[in-house]
Amino acid sequence: MKQNVAELKATANIMRQDIVRMINAAGSGHPGGSLSAADIVAALYFNVMDIDPQDPKKVNRDKFVLSKGHAAPVLYAALANRGFFAKEELLKLRKFGAMLQGHPDMKGTPGVDMSTGSLGQGISTAVGMALANKIDGRENRVYTLLGDGEINEGLVWEALMAGAHYKLSNLTAILDYNGLQIDGSNDEVMGIKPVDKKFEAFGWNVIEIDGHDMDAILAAFEEAKKETTKPSVILANTVKGKGVSFMEGDYGWHGQAPSDEQLAQALKDLGGDC
Amino acid sequence: MSKKIATRESYGNALKRLGATNENLVVLDADLSKSTKTAVFGAEFPERHFNMGIAEQNMIGVAAGLASAGKIPVASSFAMFAAGRAFEVVRNSVCYPKLNVKICATHAGVTVGDDGASHQAIEDLSIMRSLPNMVVLNPGDDVTAQKAVEAMLEYVGPVYARFGRAAVPVVHAEDVDFVIGKGIQMSEGTDVTIIATGILVAEAVEAKETLEKEGYSVRLIDMHTIKPIDTDIIVKAATETKAIVTAEEHSIIGGLGSAVAEVVAEHAPTKVVRVGVKDTFGESGSPDQLMEAYGMKATDIVEAVKVALGEKVAVEAVK
Repeated sequence: MKQNVAELKATANIMRQDIVRMINAAGSGHPGGSLSAADIVAALYFNVMDIDPQDPKKVNRDKFVLSKGHAAPVLYAALANRGFFAKEELLKLRKFGAMLQGHPDMKGTPGVDMSTGSLGQGISTAVGMALANKIDGRENRVYTLLGDGEINEGLVWEALMAGAHYKLSNLTAILDYNGLQIDGSNDEVMGIKPVDKKFEAFGWNVIEIDGHDMDAILAAFEEAKKETTKPSVILANTVKGKGVSFMEGDYGWHGQAPSDEQLAQALKDLGGDC
Repeated sequence: MSKKIATRESYGNALKRLGATNENLVVLDADLSKSTKTAVFGAEFPERHFNMGIAEQNMIGVAAGLASAGKIPVASSFAMFAAGRAFEVVRNSVCYPKLNVKICATHAGVTVGDDGASHQAIEDLSIMRSLPNMVVLNPGDDVTAQKAVEAMLEYVGPVYARFGRAAVPVVHAEDVDFVIGKGIQMSEGTDVTIIATGILVAEAVEAKETLEKEGYSVRLIDMHTIKPIDTDIIVKAATETKAIVTAEEHSIIGGLGSAVAEVVAEHAPTKVVRVGVKDTFGESGSPDQLMEAYGMKATDIVEAVKVALGEKVAVEAVK
């Protein structure tokens, strides 16, 4: 059951509503980078990946590692809507005793392929998963989502070197390139440009797209599948806080929960009910 | 105790032997495979030996990914880098998700020798022991080192195993029982208990012989597992002998000495004297020179026993 472009857009919108609702309920969390990645994650879970919500640990499955683990709400929204667990869980996010931890926990949450949260480690584990597929001759693919601030971490570049060295064409990274991190813009905090040339120099196939254009997202994943000698990275140009008027492009919404009034406005922006 | 072999050699040999029957075993190294001896495995199974370059954090992350996919990854580097450099990856990507990753660290302690303090890990047991879900092994001779590798591959979950660079005597019989979490009692004794780990087991054997000649009844325990620590054997020793001396090629802060003191303090308060590196960095020199300079020879254990029994005053105390 692969969703088409129109369906994926609707799904991404529902996920955005879930994201603002769950962060509001939690009273803390990271809306900006969850909203910017919603279209990409919707495409992965509702079209691109070969997964089975009834059998989340199936050996022959595609895997997704949320390397930017603080965007857990976007992953949880995708998993809940895809049927890995009940949607009621979303409103218990970050609460004591709840299943959904502040950052993804593979031991406690069905569908989470790797525990993440400490930046840079997710892509490193994704390299290991892709290597395992290669050793065992599995056709399955591994996807990992990086934040643009996250690539400040040296470990990311160690992982990139290893992915290229072992010719892991079954590995696709997506850079959620919204240009903002906690203390300000990438340019202000730690310059990362030119990102495309850096990834190219590390031996990766670079595909650059508008990360909110669903046709372009699907085309990019298809293009990555055709590459046979190296891993691919999709540089997805995105808007932090995408879809919520007062959050868009404001780094202040990296890690802050919307109030009840702000939630009402956000849902209005997203065309949902309060 | 004539035959001498470095425990890193034992480790490499065991990997090669077990690789033949354990198809899921994959070995990672960080550009030190000739030193860590994983090259011994690599020569036999090149398709399951992966050099990750000088990037220990990524090596551990990759190992976590491999383990999540059903492989049994063994990741090797010097203890300084495997436990030190990669610490937070070990914590968050291996121990937190309780993945089946084996971290085999060689060149531990001051017997790294000439390379000097930058390469002499004397904190690794301490920091690895503090991690939830982690098992910490520190075998002291060829027999227990090979058995430790077997046991670690059978156990499902994170393991940190420590091996040395310098050749050390074989102190155990081939058929000695090796069970994770169970110390090996090498002798009965009623005056004092020496609990040693790693390559200091051989020094402790020598110390025991000296002490026995002087008329002491010495209980000797090889504590090859630092975590989970064998509480029963420690409490029994604390109850049945008058004092305990711990001996480790590691800082006296946080390692075996601390683990034993914790057990004794809670269950059977007894005098404990710790032999080990006394909160200082090492330096260049031969293994033997350094063992002597940092107070970890058999003679130091003998002195510590007399301090523990109240027959001598600790050198530190009179400074």
